[in-house]
Amino acid sequence: MPGYSLIDAPWWPYVFLVLAGALPTHVWRWLGVAFGSRMREDSEALRWVRAVATALVAAVVARLVLYPQGQLAELPLHFRIFAYLGGFAAFLVIGRRPIAGIVAGEALLLASLWWTGVV
Amino acid sequence: MADLARESSRLWFLRGCRGVVSIPGLVLLASMIGFAGLARESGVSLAFATTMTAVIWALPSQVVLIGAIMSGASFWATVLAIVLCSVRLMPMTVALLPTVRAPETPRWQLYLISNFIAVTAFVVAVAELPKVPRAMRVAWFSGFAITLVAANTVMTAVAFATLDSLPPAVAVCLFFLTPLYFTFSLWTAARASLERIAFVVGFLVLPVFHALDPTLDLVFAGLVGGTAVYLYDRHARRRRAE
Repeated sequence: MPGYSLIDAPWWPYVFLVLAGALPTHVWRWLGVAFGSRMREDSEALRWVRAVATALVAAVVARLVLYPQGQLAELPLHFRIFAYLGGFAAFLVIGRRPIAGIVAGEALLLASLWWTGVV
Repeated sequence: MADLARESSRLWFLRGCRGVVSIPGLVLLASMIGFAGLARESGVSLAFATTMTAVIWALPSQVVLIGAIMSGASFWATVLAIVLCSVRLMPMTVALLPTVRAPETPRWQLYLISNFIAVTAFVVAVAELPKVPRAMRVAWFSGFAITLVAANTVMTAVAFATLDSLPPAVAVCLFFLTPLYFTFSLWTAARASLERIAFVVGFLVLPVFHALDPTLDLVFAGLVGGTAVYLYDRHARRRRAE
């Protein structure tokens, strides 16, 4: 049963938003304040936490690039990967500036859209 | 004396508000437009999407929650995915607090401002806070964070309402901003090769888990990919130590 439509009531989506979206996010901020001084950045537990959290956000990125919604889905997969990796390459080459990667990635995406005639 | 302190708190609060006008702040605003587009496609309402920005205030959690709604993930699968993707906020909070707090800062103020800690707030605060007098840092960060959340909440609503009238090419570009922004902000914030390897592995294993179960793919990619990279990293460190 999907969590979003678990209870058929107009208020449920908002309760779901708080219980499944906001609380699981905020709890880490509160724990950060609570344990703040007692936690070492390079402890084994925190290393594992950083690896898992980074891999999960990377998976979010992969899902947005590989399985997008809406009109981006009409652009063939290899063009999406090309624009993403091109932006990444520009970011790495031009001094690791996010803005450089974003501009390059978007420019390559626009070029691909124009080239394929998707939009 | 007390009047003078209050006066200068207000001044630093207002200076914090101005901190929103920065490259990371503007990129986040643009990414919020991308989020609004994603939320629209998923079928949730304008009010719901706007509430998400105001109440959750962490773009990865928001994107994961929309993904869970779209894929029909169960309640507990959603909770698990959000818990795992926002774990990073804890080390971020731990790292930021010694810079924000003054010796006399009450604990409740720390809990309150911790709710605003997210990637962009962290990146800007780390760069700007050292220029602020220590006693005024909580005031500066509050002004900055509250303005950032308010601006992005308004942006979510406005973008959601107007996206339909944008040319399709613009809408597609805005959608594409989210993956680019996440990639570069993570890569910039990464302190060690551990995180960069975890990023590449998480990306590469996602299709495998997506094929197995599209409602739990993020959780599996994060747990399996992240744990594998952690174990590899620990092994490599021990060999170097020998």
